[in-house]
Amino acid sequence: MSETPKDAGNTRVLLELDDVDMFFGGVQAVRNMSFTIMEGELAGIIGPNGAGKTTIFNVITSVYSPSSGSIWFREQDITLLRAYQVNRLGIARTFQNLRLFGRLSVLENVMTATQNRYRYSFRESLRGYLSPCYRPDPKFYYGFVESLLHLGRWSGTERQIRTLSMELLDRVGLADRANQAAGTLPYGMQRRLEIARALALDPKLLLLDEPAAGMNPEEVRALNDLITGIHREFRLTTLVIEHHMDLIMEICPHIVCMNFGAKIAEGSPEEIQNDPGVLSAYLGVEEAAG
Amino acid sequence: MKKSLAGNAAFIAIGVSLGLIPLSGYEEGIIVLLCINCIAAMGVSLLTGFTGIFTLGHAAYMALGAYTAAIMTVRYGIHWFPAIVAGGFVAAAIAWLIGMPTLRLTGDYYAIASIGLGEAIRLILENWQSFTRGARGFPGIDSYTTRWVAVLFFTALGTGMFNLINSRLGRELKASRDDRIAASLMGFNTPSSRMKALLISAFYCGISGALLGGYMNFIQPSMFDMMKSTELTAVVVFGGLGSMSGTLLGSAIITSAMEYFRDISQYRMLIYGLMLVTIMVVRPEGVLGNREIWSFLPGLTPDRKGRDQE
Repeated sequence: MSETPKDAGNTRVLLELDDVDMFFGGVQAVRNMSFTIMEGELAGIIGPNGAGKTTIFNVITSVYSPSSGSIWFREQDITLLRAYQVNRLGIARTFQNLRLFGRLSVLENVMTATQNRYRYSFRESLRGYLSPCYRPDPKFYYGFVESLLHLGRWSGTERQIRTLSMELLDRVGLADRANQAAGTLPYGMQRRLEIARALALDPKLLLLDEPAAGMNPEEVRALNDLITGIHREFRLTTLVIEHHMDLIMEICPHIVCMNFGAKIAEGSPEEIQNDPGVLSAYLGVEEAAG
Repeated sequence: MKKSLAGNAAFIAIGVSLGLIPLSGYEEGIIVLLCINCIAAMGVSLLTGFTGIFTLGHAAYMALGAYTAAIMTVRYGIHWFPAIVAGGFVAAAIAWLIGMPTLRLTGDYYAIASIGLGEAIRLILENWQSFTRGARGFPGIDSYTTRWVAVLFFTALGTGMFNLINSRLGRELKASRDDRIAASLMGFNTPSSRMKALLISAFYCGISGALLGGYMNFIQPSMFDMMKSTELTAVVVFGGLGSMSGTLLGSAIITSAMEYFRDISQYRMLIYGLMLVTIMVVRPEGVLGNREIWSFLPGLTPDRKGRDQE
């Protein structure tokens, strides 16, 4: 964490977990978890399988609500919000076991997310209906009547959404597959489509859940470039879960290491690599096995 | 002509031709029945094919629409047009009341709840003698559903439906059908999306029921039993889940087959069953699968290969 002092003045805390516990019946999946993610950071969570990494993401995104503790995002308590509300505040995520909209085309998958950049306002729509000269704010979505008749703002907004989505598909290298059903894509491409779909929401915090799972070393390298590229290009705070040590060690300057639901170490890659607790929990086991 | 309006134009052309082709009285009756069935099937298709909520009780919403329109026109002498529209809105309002508690259920559980609620509505209509005349039925409805009226409603509602599924709400519903958790993490309030789908489908069924009353001049609760509900869902599955043109095609095939075999009416249900079994064996994804009919035409849409695998 060598760079922390010099830009501590102008960075803000984006996400803060405060003493979060998560029980499933008698099993404690997450215990006393606290960490903070600063704005603009590229952070990683590592830990062996079953350490509770995905549960942390599920708690942050309100798929589960934590048994105790609280979660703060941009100085707002999001512990009790519903999943879609948390998402609208600007947290987007991908899933470890791929949750694409399988029957929709690749482009539609991204458009489904892109359309949520627009908001809907009844007043704006009503003004649009009542006066033909009124040009509504393009931030707002077309209304129900316009989608019934495909008149008014429909074609303009749809075109914008389509263009934005195609740009993102281009960025992750899937533009030539735009009209294929998402469920028929090869595995590695489905992972990249998930990233594109999450980016389409224009989030403030991106959570990537095991983005390299099931990928071969070459694909992992390409993914490395994609993640660091996105982080730089969109100035996007990113939190990555991985159990491949090498990926995280390479790209994340800030790492949280978990085992059995608890945080066992936090710091820079060097600090993690030299931490005796991490070595015994994670690397130590691997070395003994190898 | 703007490209975005090509669909509207195509649909209106179909409507005008349906309205203008010279036909005998019998054939006209089939067209009216076809329009009525198609309107209801489109409603069910939105819910079952596009939102993934199986329903076996939508005939009840048809019954609500039919009774609303009948009572308004016969008892209160209201013009048929507002009465038909009111039929749709009453069905949607009751659907809202029913949907509040039951839409929390998913999959088979909602299907079972919908059977129960559909039967409950039918039984209420059957036993509320003073208001609906009960099981004896409600006679003396004006025959306001002429061919023009049926075709007009079909064209308007059909255009609206095709446009709707091809816009923001359509993607929202399809997303929550394919993966509810992912949809809620894309910022969709999935319970409210499901409610929107239910309301629109009940509205369509209500309109369809109101038109049916005006066509038959007589309605009784047993016309809207579980048989009818099952038929609506079967038509949607027959045409292909997630394909609105497939629903129209399936509805057309089944309605005309039923008419064709009217002479041997004691075997009609046998033939109906045979058709469903055949489609299940030969093409389990339905006639069109989850593609729209124009995606089969060459050159109109880019490569959609793989879309029909499932």
